[in-house]
Amino acid sequence: MSRMEINELERKWLFVSLAMIGMFVGAIVVTAIGKGIHPPSHVETIDSASLHLSQEFAEDKLGVQPEPLADGSLQVRLVAGRYGFYPREIEVPAGRRIVFRMASMDVLHGAHIPMTNMSTMIVPGYVSEVVSVFPKPGEYPMLCNEYCGLGHDHMWSKVTVVAQENWREPATGGKQP
Amino acid sequence: MNDATVNRLTLFNFWVAFGAFGLACFFGMYQVLERSGLFAFLQSPAVYFASVSTHGVLMAFVLTTFFIMGFGYYTAAQSLRRPLWNPPLAWAGYGVCLFGVALAAVPLLLGKASVLYTFYPPIQANVFFYLGATLLVVGSWFWCVIMLVMFAQWKRDHPGETVPLPMFATAANALLWLWTSAGVALESVFQLLPWALGLTDTIDVGLARTLFAWTLHPIVYFWLIPAYIALYCYVPQAAGGKLFSDLLARAAFVLILVLGLPIGFHHLYMDPEQGAGWKFLHMVGTFAVAIPTLLTAFTVIASLEMAGRRRGGAGLFGWIGALPWKHPMVLAAILSLLMLVLGGFGGIVNASYAMNAMVHNTAWVPGHFHLIFAGTVVTMYLAVAYKLWPELCGRRLYSDDLALVQLWGWFIGMVIMTTPWHILGLLGQPRRISAVQYNSVLTLSWEPYELAMIAGGFILVGSACLFVYLLYKTQTAGGKVDAREDMEDAPPTGRRHG
Ligand SMILES: [Cu+2]
Repeated sequence: MSRMEINELERKWLFVSLAMIGMFVGAIVVTAIGKGIHPPSHVETIDSASLHLSQEFAEDKLGVQPEPLADGSLQVRLVAGRYGFYPREIEVPAGRRIVFRMASMDVLHGAHIPMTNMSTMIVPGYVSEVVSVFPKPGEYPMLCNEYCGLGHDHMWSKVTVVAQENWREPATGGKQP
Repeated sequence: MNDATVNRLTLFNFWVAFGAFGLACFFGMYQVLERSGLFAFLQSPAVYFASVSTHGVLMAFVLTTFFIMGFGYYTAAQSLRRPLWNPPLAWAGYGVCLFGVALAAVPLLLGKASVLYTFYPPIQANVFFYLGATLLVVGSWFWCVIMLVMFAQWKRDHPGETVPLPMFATAANALLWLWTSAGVALESVFQLLPWALGLTDTIDVGLARTLFAWTLHPIVYFWLIPAYIALYCYVPQAAGGKLFSDLLARAAFVLILVLGLPIGFHHLYMDPEQGAGWKFLHMVGTFAVAIPTLLTAFTVIASLEMAGRRRGGAGLFGWIGALPWKHPMVLAAILSLLMLVLGGFGGIVNASYAMNAMVHNTAWVPGHFHLIFAGTVVTMYLAVAYKLWPELCGRRLYSDDLALVQLWGWFIGMVIMTTPWHILGLLGQPRRISAVQYNSVLTLSWEPYELAMIAGGFILVGSACLFVYLLYKTQTAGGKVDAREDMEDAPPTGRRHG
């Protein structure tokens, strides 16, 4: 075999490789475009140093919002700071579309509710928005999964998912159980 | 045989690389013990994060950069059959890199640079850490220049000829590194250094992360290309066959260079500062760059099959048994490819645009990259060391049997350590924690896996010690090689000297 020649078998493998990659990308395209499943990519800036003065992330505006969004989703606002998510505990209904809006008041953080797709980085200067639905009631930890300093191990909050029928809309933002 | 200058230069670079490797393994060992939570006296976030930072910097930056420089000098002189261009420049690059490492080591070990190996603004490290890391990168650019000049000189002297494959790949790697290291260099010079020196008060974290991501993915190919060189250029001969196709090998290196560059945003899938459109494009690029890896796996396996059949292996799988499993280079290639397949599967999950959310920043991720980096890449570096040490020192490898034990140990340890990480990742355990503080039922299910991690860590550290010991003994006590003896044809097995 001359050195500048592609073997027949190799040519076939090249097509197999291309087909495999095409299949993977195709599956992702279908879910992304067809079902609108994207990673959290909400490019929206905010001044992290003055979150407490902002309309949205002031202390009394945090937590599960009393007013549902136009499409019926529930909105939850959280501030991430060393070493917690504030408010520290929230309660949300199962099976409902929940829009989390989060901002950091200091360094990088990451929010993740294990074994769900509720996951996002929280980068100072940006609002992170992530949408999730929790099918099963129960108590879930929301962990900080990005190194944020020596107290990072302690950074977590409690999310309680209650059955739809036991759910009561909160009267105000800010105060949670 | 290369001249004494090249041999010395390669050996000096290699000793820094493998010294860093040996040391880093002990930090890794401490980390699996600490985060298991089983040993109360070890619990310390301050020591843990200093250790993670040092482990990451030593493995990802020191081992790789020095190994690649040393291997590049050797490869250029050997495959082009010409003396090294400008040895003083090469020594200067070595000096700058080494000075940078020393400068960064002080704050790292004092816990003043616990920013892991991805820098992490706005958490700030001591300025000497950023300075040291920058010098390491700058010193490596000397190497890039030497490689590209030697490539060009050879082309000038050999018009119309094809440059030998190892040098073709090395030049591709030098180009790749020049371009990809620019991201982290820009971050360092224009953001981190002025900020750490107090010239600026704030830092744009979104920009810093974007610049780092520019470097962060192609850097993996910078580490991987020398391993591929060994797979393409050493393994087929060592197995008793020849390379299946030279053309496709070159195509794979060009594809890695071209496709590998613009895909770093896949490290930012979960970041709010990048739009979905960019992430989508980088996802397509990430899958595209799997093609050269699939080609490499095919070509190397096909070459091994030819060798196995030539050695009398028959049937669908008979050729596998007929391979010279006792040749360190062949064994390393087989183990490397196995880990590449396992790690590649995890990589597909990571690369998946939306599925990534389930595993992002969980223990799954170090499980994946330990298979690819510590598994595939480092295993081939070890095999290259076993091949080159006798040539560089003029002495035979101290013990082939121990080399095989060492390689098997590395593989077994890596599998035992990374399997629980993948499971823990699916169970949501974050990767960057020093202890489990979550008062939750979920975290109880994590506990049994910690024990397996520790067992894997012990095997790995033992294997790393054995490796460094073998290099040391080869250099000091290995049997002398007759100057005219051609190492290429030396019998690979059954040698033991003391
Ligand atoms: Cu945090």
